[in-house]
Amino acid sequence: MRFIFKTSYDQDIRLAKHSGHVFWYGLLLAALALAPFVLPVFWSSLITMVMIYGIVGLGLMLLSGFTGLFSIGHAAFMGVGAYMQAVLTALGWPFPIALLCSMGAAAIVGAVVGLPALRVRGLYLAIATLAFAFIVEEVLVRWESVTGGNRGLAVGMINLFGWKTSSPTVFYYICMVLALLATLGALNLLRSPTGRAFVAIRDSEVSAQSMGVTLAYYKTLSFAVSAALAGLGGALSAHMLRFITPDQFGIVQSIDLLLIVMIGGLGSVHGAFFGSIFLILTPQAIALAKGFLPPAIGQTVGLQSVVYGLVLMAFVLFEPTGIYGRWMKIRIWFALAPLYRRGLLKRQRSFQKTDRLA
Amino acid sequence: MSANALLSVENLSVRFGGLAAVSDISFDVQRREVFTLIGPNGAGKTTVLNLISRIYHPSAGNIHFDGHRITGLKPDGVARLGIARTFQNIELFQHASVLQNLLIGRHTRRYGNFWQHLFFTPAVREAEHAARAKVEEIIDLLELQHYRDTIIAGLPYGVRKVVELARALCVEPRLLLLDEPSSGLNAEETNDLAFWIDDIREELGTTILMVEHDMTLVSRVSDRVLAMNHGELVALGSPDEVKSHPGVIEAYLGSGREVSALRRPKR
Repeated sequence: MRFIFKTSYDQDIRLAKHSGHVFWYGLLLAALALAPFVLPVFWSSLITMVMIYGIVGLGLMLLSGFTGLFSIGHAAFMGVGAYMQAVLTALGWPFPIALLCSMGAAAIVGAVVGLPALRVRGLYLAIATLAFAFIVEEVLVRWESVTGGNRGLAVGMINLFGWKTSSPTVFYYICMVLALLATLGALNLLRSPTGRAFVAIRDSEVSAQSMGVTLAYYKTLSFAVSAALAGLGGALSAHMLRFITPDQFGIVQSIDLLLIVMIGGLGSVHGAFFGSIFLILTPQAIALAKGFLPPAIGQTVGLQSVVYGLVLMAFVLFEPTGIYGRWMKIRIWFALAPLYRRGLLKRQRSFQKTDRLA
Repeated sequence: MSANALLSVENLSVRFGGLAAVSDISFDVQRREVFTLIGPNGAGKTTVLNLISRIYHPSAGNIHFDGHRITGLKPDGVARLGIARTFQNIELFQHASVLQNLLIGRHTRRYGNFWQHLFFTPAVREAEHAARAKVEEIIDLLELQHYRDTIIAGLPYGVRKVVELARALCVEPRLLLLDEPSSGLNAEETNDLAFWIDDIREELGTTILMVEHDMTLVSRVSDRVLAMNHGELVALGSPDEVKSHPGVIEAYLGSGREVSALRRPKR
């Protein structure tokens, strides 16, 4: 077990708390950097998808996991980002500038959608975001002159100031750098007063505002940041898929995103990436497993939905803290071995406050 | 309204439908004073606190804090003016550590905007150090060192009460509103609380307005006491004056006739 002797405040502020963090995250980065050279193209494209969905999941995590505002319409922000990126790329705008514009557009839309959050909470807010997502999808279908409607829209090649590329390896590195920057940005926010205000709003609005947190500003900000990250992920996925249609950004996609944060573990940055690994790899695992299953099960339509549903139910029942929570418990088991005992991490239920419906 | 008053409440009333929760209350709180509201359950004490911290809006009347009229402000605006509070039922940030809770207390004195926070500029880091140093002072004052990194959800009730007091102190308030600070504390903890209230006034120069039931604590720390019943002012004065005021005795025990009816008949 590691004991950290603290001698400066910086040790609590620093992102890497000890040498172990530096080593393991360094190793992870090195492995990710080498992956395109070592792995087959198919696998590195899966990792690209994990990173893209990780960025979107990170956005939703900031909103739902850290600010306590639930959105079941997050795919709509991805849609805004993706279409913006497709249109701007078609106009010949350089990739980085188009990307920033896509993020900006999604952020503005997010701030507008955040307005009901100032009045309604919990389930009602979720329904409001759902309604908004339907509106966005409908707009994408009807505004045919720009979006191509249900026929879809082809996305041009990445244009880096005149140098056009469609190389999956270059795209892999672009996604890797952006995922890294998004993560660092989120971690910075979370260790600064802004992130603490988010957490305060999540845990108790009444005392957050009595501590001087302006609810309207921070809720809107949280929506805008979250939507910007979703827009970034959407823009990247547009380049990844090369062809976008409105139904890719519908309710099913929104539920998938919710699945990322729920299964990954609400309230942890790791959770966003764990969740997106789950979301991307499960269909592959099911496809692999199909060969071994009896045809009656293996060939059933909707097997994937059933598996997702069962896994989500299992997590809600047995591990509400998600994959990240389980990961922490396993680490603590090893750190404390042989002293770990059952129920060590169970908190006594305390009844000091009426459990409020969020 | 005297010139030295930090907080002055004038003819404050609030009605919830047909219920007059507070009617026509006026009082001044002087600088560096410990001012206590007492009264039976449902007298409207907490409502007065909620009116001052702007969680409720008054139906009539005005509240002035240090020359500012605060009746039009939002709760966060009141906090920025330097009014901090604790809650009767403890409203801490459950899934954050004690340290993080206290750092949120520094929110009104934060440094930097969103972009500076996003990039965590050196100036932001510097400000984080300063905030931490201030928080450590409060941790020292209230002896919370042992619990610094504990998550609130795992703390016993008595410690949570202290953490809430600490969080309010991290605002560096000029006026501290305490809502039943001793409820749920044992005798020893209440004793500590009395010392801390003295310390907060002497060392930090904070003015305190509190709602409290424990009369031993009230008499020990308060300069002045205001007794309320059914939303109305019953008595205002020093703790001893208020305790012996006939209206206060009646509010707690019933009318004199009812009390004499309880006495054993004389033979």
